[in-house]
Amino acid sequence: MFQKLLTSALFAGFAAGLIAALLQLAFVQPSLLRAELFESGTLTHFGSGPTPVPEIPFAIDPVRDALSVLFSALIYTGYAMLLVVAMSVAENRGARIDARTGLIWGVAGFVAVQLAPAFSLPPELPGSAAAEVGARQVWWFVTIAATGAGLALIAFGRSLWPALAGAVLILLPHLVGAPHHASYAGPVPPELAGLFASRALGVGLMAWAILGTIAGYVWSRGEAQ
Amino acid sequence: MTTQTLSLSGLRSDILALAAVGLIGLGIVFVAGHAQAGALHDAAHDVRHATGFPCH
Repeated sequence: MFQKLLTSALFAGFAAGLIAALLQLAFVQPSLLRAELFESGTLTHFGSGPTPVPEIPFAIDPVRDALSVLFSALIYTGYAMLLVVAMSVAENRGARIDARTGLIWGVAGFVAVQLAPAFSLPPELPGSAAAEVGARQVWWFVTIAATGAGLALIAFGRSLWPALAGAVLILLPHLVGAPHHASYAGPVPPELAGLFASRALGVGLMAWAILGTIAGYVWSRGEAQ
Repeated sequence: MTTQTLSLSGLRSDILALAAVGLIGLGIVFVAGHAQAGALHDAAHDVRHATGFPCH
């Protein structure tokens, strides 16, 4: 059992983490690098006239990019472990786990882990104003746990009431509210922050879809042996 | 009797495996995504921002 869980999680997590890192470097990194020019004060966009969009020449920063690949693989492997544990519990209760249902698991994972926290704490560019990090981390963990439990109630509850309770659980963290900054202080242009947030979520969806599909596939192959 | 004991101990080792893998997964997400130690934070910085973790 231990081995089966680890095999699915490592395959899926590593593949998803690698693809997420490449997508991140291609689509998200330019916004991060541009934001750093504003965060460091090299550029400002307040004041007289518009600021031209800074050119970010295509360049590979070996250490920085390698660390991104490494940590992306690590984080998605961690997520994959949690996902296969949930898959295994569901399978014991009669759910079918394979590549096709794995895709749904992956998308649900994305909703719980990235979309739900982002609904009240949008992915931040460096330099954005934000509340104290410890409080936001606590809210982040609680929101993911509540959303995951809510989705499970909707997916596996056998009547209307568990589904309604699930919906309430999903909404509750946002009704309570995330820890928020008291003032707007970000030096980064809103155009950049908007693109960054939607790209970060898009990359997350792709990575999680791959994560769930591969985890489900490897899991079902393990069954056949 | 024997089969029941076997399946019970099998169940127990399954629960242990699930708990172990779940805890390792949580540990990895916490250390790679949330620990604020300086070097770790700098190394994971871009990924944390790009995956929407609360970073700073």
